[in-house]
Amino acid sequence: MRDFARRFARNVGAVFGLVLLLAVLALALLAPVLFPVDPWQMAGVPFAPPLEDGFLLGTDSLGRDVAAGIAHGAHISLLVGLVSTVAAIAIGVTLGAVAGYAGGRIDDAIMRFTEFFQTIPSFVFAIVLVAIFTPSISSIIAAIAIVSWPPVTRVVRGEFLSLRSREFVQAAIVLGQSTPRIIFGQILPNALSPIIVLGSLMVASAILLESALSFLGLGDPNVMSWGFMIGAGRSVIRLAWWMSVFPGVAIFLTVLALNLVGEGLSDALNPRLARRRG
Amino acid sequence: MEPAALARFVFGRIAKAALVVLAIVVLNFVLIRLAPGDPASVIAGQSGAADPQFMEQLRRQFGLDRPLPEQLWIYVSRIVMLDLGVSHRQQRAVVDLLAERLPATLLLTGAAFVFAISMGILLGTLAARRVGTLADTLITILALACYATPLFWVGLMLVLLFSVLLDWLPAFGMTSVGANLTGFAVIVDIGRHLVLPALTLGLFYLAIYARLTRASMLEVADQDFVKTARAKGVPEGRILRAHVLRNALLPVITFAGIQAGQLIGGSILVETVFAWPGIGRLAFDALLARDYNLLLGVFFCTSVMVVAFNIVTDLLYALIDPRIEVAS
Repeated sequence: MRDFARRFARNVGAVFGLVLLLAVLALALLAPVLFPVDPWQMAGVPFAPPLEDGFLLGTDSLGRDVAAGIAHGAHISLLVGLVSTVAAIAIGVTLGAVAGYAGGRIDDAIMRFTEFFQTIPSFVFAIVLVAIFTPSISSIIAAIAIVSWPPVTRVVRGEFLSLRSREFVQAAIVLGQSTPRIIFGQILPNALSPIIVLGSLMVASAILLESALSFLGLGDPNVMSWGFMIGAGRSVIRLAWWMSVFPGVAIFLTVLALNLVGEGLSDALNPRLARRRG
Repeated sequence: MEPAALARFVFGRIAKAALVVLAIVVLNFVLIRLAPGDPASVIAGQSGAADPQFMEQLRRQFGLDRPLPEQLWIYVSRIVMLDLGVSHRQQRAVVDLLAERLPATLLLTGAAFVFAISMGILLGTLAARRVGTLADTLITILALACYATPLFWVGLMLVLLFSVLLDWLPAFGMTSVGANLTGFAVIVDIGRHLVLPALTLGLFYLAIYARLTRASMLEVADQDFVKTARAKGVPEGRILRAHVLRNALLPVITFAGIQAGQLIGGSILVETVFAWPGIGRLAFDALLARDYNLLLGVFFCTSVMVVAFNIVTDLLYALIDPRIEVAS
């Protein structure tokens, strides 16, 4: 574990990403303290430029504080990214483990199913899902999870295929351990590192997906989100550039941080690969 | 490749694709049934407020009063006949709307794809040739930045820079309104409108292709046949072009073929930002109007396009690389 931390710390990009990510997390947690006023509330004159009238990042067309919107939006971005990834990993690990462990026809059927979901254009599918099941936090999370599990299944299946025939698994079978116990107690812990790396990158793409959905007007109507703010600033970009610039910077920094952390994790968990790449 | 083997290969791929399309149709049907509320109101694109007589007519037309398997049969056979229903908001057949908008989307995605793949391979090659130098680092950072930027936001920022601040390029639409251009001037006009949307859509994929090319080139450059060529005294430029690049491009092309279909998904965002009159913009309008039948039509159309792209990629790949076993 300490070895892992040292390898991670040697990667400058990864450490930078981690610091950035912690800052976004702190912003999300401190939003109610820093900006106690509801981000939907009118706080000042409309279209106040940044640094004027006491607004760090200006106000929007209805006089709402852009900085407050970004702080409160951090919460929803991280929440959606995290929960939808956990759900996608749960689906992906279950299907991938069964396919890789069982093999044969079951493997065939599951992989056909996975291929089908990879063929459908995922963004259009997510739009259709959210639109039909009416936009809300839970429908957005469900839609993102439904379009993002296939890569997890592929990775987990590959790991299970190669681990299944290893001696420690054979030993567990000979000892008479139950199949679920072998899958979750023996094989899965050995397949964790690629899942963790994939997971951190999936949180990043889930955040991008959420922002794209709310940009198109498919966000939860009760929650302030970064994508919604950019969408609202789109039509008045000639008048108030700050309305769309700053939320975009927030998305960029968060996603960048997650990608850097993901790459750092990947290098630290597979030191041999990292050295070869270097 | 022998003609008979090729024909078998193509036929097999088309049969598989037909199954996938059928599955998409069934998925569409399931989505309509799962939607909260009356399926007739989903088809009508109205929630609750519709005329009861009209809804009754729709129910009869789609056989919604009959058992589920029969409903599915009616739905599938309609779509096989290319009847995607009517957009009741726009009072027109969904197929006509899609056909009208498709060329604009194909132009946009095609331009973005060509831009992304050519620049991606160029930058990736450059980075691989100078591993560890400033150029390599810059290209890697650029790729990382493209990965992390939301597509629609890049579009807006390009509009802000090139249209609002510099006033070089038009920000919206596909043609200048009321300009009454003819001949060559029309092409120039469309080209000028195309630059920003194609750039926006292409940037993300450019990053992917650049990274792929870089990794793939470094892997090939390590192999024995490259060392042999170098030992024989083949000039460095020729090694790069004829030995390394040629072999390194195969995985890039495969991946690009698979991704080409996903470009259409991204075009929804780009067309929304730039008011580009393609099927993506149509999808956005359908969203605003809660016109689900039209939205499902767009979904079906884009899925079929992805499937078609995949067949073409498989075929090209089998033709380019003789090592690929067509039979398998």
